[in-house]
Amino acid sequence: MRVYGSEITSRLLLGTAQYPSPAVLAEAVKSSGTEILTVSLRRETADGSGAGFWQGLRETGCRILPNTAGCHSVQEAVTTAQMARELFDTPWIKLEVIGHSDTLQPDVFGLVEAARILCGEGFQVFPYTTDDLVVGAKLLEAGCEVLMPWGAPIGSGQGLRNPDALRAMRAHFPDVPLIVDAGIGRPSDAAQAMELGMDAVLLNTAVAKAGDPAGMARAMALAVEAGRAGFAADPMERRDMAVPSTPVLGMAEFA
Amino acid sequence: MQIIVNAKPHEVAGGTVEAALQELGFASPAVATALNGSFVARSQRAVTQLAEGDQLEVLAPMQGG
Repeated sequence: MRVYGSEITSRLLLGTAQYPSPAVLAEAVKSSGTEILTVSLRRETADGSGAGFWQGLRETGCRILPNTAGCHSVQEAVTTAQMARELFDTPWIKLEVIGHSDTLQPDVFGLVEAARILCGEGFQVFPYTTDDLVVGAKLLEAGCEVLMPWGAPIGSGQGLRNPDALRAMRAHFPDVPLIVDAGIGRPSDAAQAMELGMDAVLLNTAVAKAGDPAGMARAMALAVEAGRAGFAADPMERRDMAVPSTPVLGMAEFA
Repeated sequence: MQIIVNAKPHEVAGGTVEAALQELGFASPAVATALNGSFVARSQRAVTQLAEGDQLEVLAPMQGG
């Protein structure tokens, strides 16, 4: 997968929040085989608590994709992105402009506006969006070269609520990298997203909140790989009725 | 003068963002700053003046999804 000129081998992107400990996070990162980790910015305490986390991140060797999680306005998101670029020394930004605190649904109007501003400032924007085709087109027009549609609300683990919409996105934007961001709960959800032709999956809670995060990270990696291979192998058409797989011709008659 | 740093009021003597950071003990190089909602780049901290009631945000890398 090529995103903003970078070749990415692993199609699983992993969030770094909600793990029981930094050690468990590090294990999960390792067993997921991911190359891209999402991170955030929060208020620093005078004891420098953020520095230790940052050091741990660097030791993973992964690329960092900072987010603007929690931002509800264009101004907040743009300022956070500018701070992230300096702090993490990357033009990449996972752009979130949240429209509602309960659903964490993207404010797609603010998202497009913020994307336009940030792309104009040289950012490489990964927009967390819905599966709406018109919004997707406007994000591309704003300068985004990748789209990250939700599968279900953030942290819900519901899996893909609207697979048909994702299928339509794939057909509508055949050459745009599509990353399902949010809603994945189980390996089968990740596999399904990949079978639909998504280019990658970004998840966090499904791994962090599993009983065995490292084990789940591995399961997700396998599911993503299996789903991708299945998509590439062109699955058969569905049929309404049974069709015998064993040849009928040459069948003995015993009656 | 009094300024608001990460939502808490603080008394600072220094007149710039850089001086306030030092005075308040933000020693880590891994922080980014914003003043009254606008980003202040590292290179601008020493020349960005503070005024009474200013809101300074000091952010650090944190876990995120």
